[in-house]
Amino acid sequence: MSREKARHGRSRPPIAFVVLAAIAVVFFLLPLIGLLARTPWSDLVSLLASEVVADALVLSAIASFAAVTISTVVGVPLAWVLARVDFRGRALVRGLVLLPLVLPPVVGGAALLFALGRRGVVGEPLYEATGLVLPFSIWGVVIAVTFVSMPFLVLTVEGALRNVDVRFEGAAGSLGAGGWTVFRRVTLPMIGPSLAAGMVLTWARAIGEFGATVTFAGNLAGETQTLPLAVFVALETNRDTATALSLLMVAISLTVLVLLRDRWLRPQ
Amino acid sequence: MTLNASITVKRGDEFTLETSIRVEEGKTVALLGPNGAGKSTAVAALAGLLPIDQGRIVLGDRVLDDPDVGVFVPPDERGIGVVFQDYLLFGHLTVAENVAFGLRSQKKERDAADVKTSAWLERLGLSQLANSKARDLSGGQAQKVAVARALIIDPGLLLLDEPMAALDATTRVEVRRDLADHLSRFAGPRLLITHDPTEAFLLADEINVIENGRITQVGSADDVRLRPRTRYVADLAGSNLLTGTALSGAVTVGTHILQVGDTAIGGSVLATIHPRAISVHRRHPEGSPRNVWKTAIVRIEHFGDRVRLQTGDPLPLAVEVTPAAVDALGLKHESEIWLSVKATEIGVEPG
Repeated sequence: MSREKARHGRSRPPIAFVVLAAIAVVFFLLPLIGLLARTPWSDLVSLLASEVVADALVLSAIASFAAVTISTVVGVPLAWVLARVDFRGRALVRGLVLLPLVLPPVVGGAALLFALGRRGVVGEPLYEATGLVLPFSIWGVVIAVTFVSMPFLVLTVEGALRNVDVRFEGAAGSLGAGGWTVFRRVTLPMIGPSLAAGMVLTWARAIGEFGATVTFAGNLAGETQTLPLAVFVALETNRDTATALSLLMVAISLTVLVLLRDRWLRPQ
Repeated sequence: MTLNASITVKRGDEFTLETSIRVEEGKTVALLGPNGAGKSTAVAALAGLLPIDQGRIVLGDRVLDDPDVGVFVPPDERGIGVVFQDYLLFGHLTVAENVAFGLRSQKKERDAADVKTSAWLERLGLSQLANSKARDLSGGQAQKVAVARALIIDPGLLLLDEPMAALDATTRVEVRRDLADHLSRFAGPRLLITHDPTEAFLLADEINVIENGRITQVGSADDVRLRPRTRYVADLAGSNLLTGTALSGAVTVGTHILQVGDTAIGGSVLATIHPRAISVHRRHPEGSPRNVWKTAIVRIEHFGDRVRLQTGDPLPLAVEVTPAAVDALGLKHESEIWLSVKATEIGVEPG
């Protein structure tokens, strides 16, 4: 090891680590290479200009942002309650929140159907009272992706709230700030980076959601067909379209990662 | 407005804080004790961050906490200004936003709040830093902001929790003077929580010593210093602390002049003499000690393997000797003795 390297605290890693790490990198890189190699670059614009693609893109954008919005509005208070309120059954509630993370999405979609479908436990009275049918509609898409993606927000924000030094909130309280003011002006800024990270994770999970969506909302082009569903359908019918759509999703995801890299990709 | 608090808080099975504190309008009372004595618990109880189990906290004519009648005023309605340990400034806000926090939280009109904030920043010499983020401040600056933030809401009580602990030794003297100035300008009762006897002696009118959750002694700085009631107080607060004026290696304390080792220092100073650095003699001592004077024993107390003497005019001091020395010299109440202290044994710092 050179003195210069030693001075900067960089040590030479074990050879075995270098090899194994390289294998891991290749594992991540290969699918991307495969995708790029198969991309029909010359027809890309016309392939992506089709109506099916445009519809899927719009729907995915709406559904994923709706999921982030709903998750933030109800998920932040839920995270706060889980982090701050000591109540019986807290472990149970936390387990319930985690369930969509470990549950196969298809099962989640089926469960949503049993609950909110036209014949479902809640869905039937809802239909009879209002005529509203949730599954196989854009509402169904939003519900399915929110169900699957909200745990990321709740988990991230709860962890951040647990790390907040509550003495700062006490200080704000002693200055005359009520609960909501303390949260808005002290707690929220302190958990800001984690909240942003949680929102990005939620969005990422929502934009990629497949199983719960296809089960609960179906796969109706122009109505409930999101980008991942469109990719799946196109793989059976038009491989070039599938490739173009996949590339589009990679581009969207990479853009978000790059835009937010300062926020949370950098190790603390 | 007067603070009258009798506080009992149980923390698990091991620790119970059981204490009464009374602070009158315009007075500064220090709650002096070691870490773990229950000082922070007392702060939390007074500020309303921790409900008391028994007792009653009354500020002016307002009951803030009384479990017997089910009264508990939440922290944001108590009107108690707290300067927290480590200051707890909101790092993401600017200095001006930190100072204005209380006014803005109370839905005060924005313009009026801004005017008041500017006035406070100016008074503390922080105007230049108004738009700096609070996380970028030095320790001394942060303390000023914390004091301004607490006082701007016109609190009924000012609570200072270890206001100097986060400062390094070089800034402490200056910050302590500023703090004394702010304390004297605040008209309400002031409660200073500290583990540092010097701080308590210099800033407080009355000292309440707290040990293991209980008050063990209440009195003036001189009471605590010269007549410690427990061995702990003797150790904690035992060093003789004198304020005087220095000139060319001589410090005038009242009518007495002490020769000190530091000849460079001048002006108002604090001199410290450890009780064990003082030698006791029955006759004028031989040799070269620079400080020798005659006095009498006004009080004599045994603390296990040590005996503490309190000496009289011209310079009342606490002196510590061994029981063997007491026997050998035949020391008793009103004995006439000679004291000697080496010039180098007297610590001097700007005061």
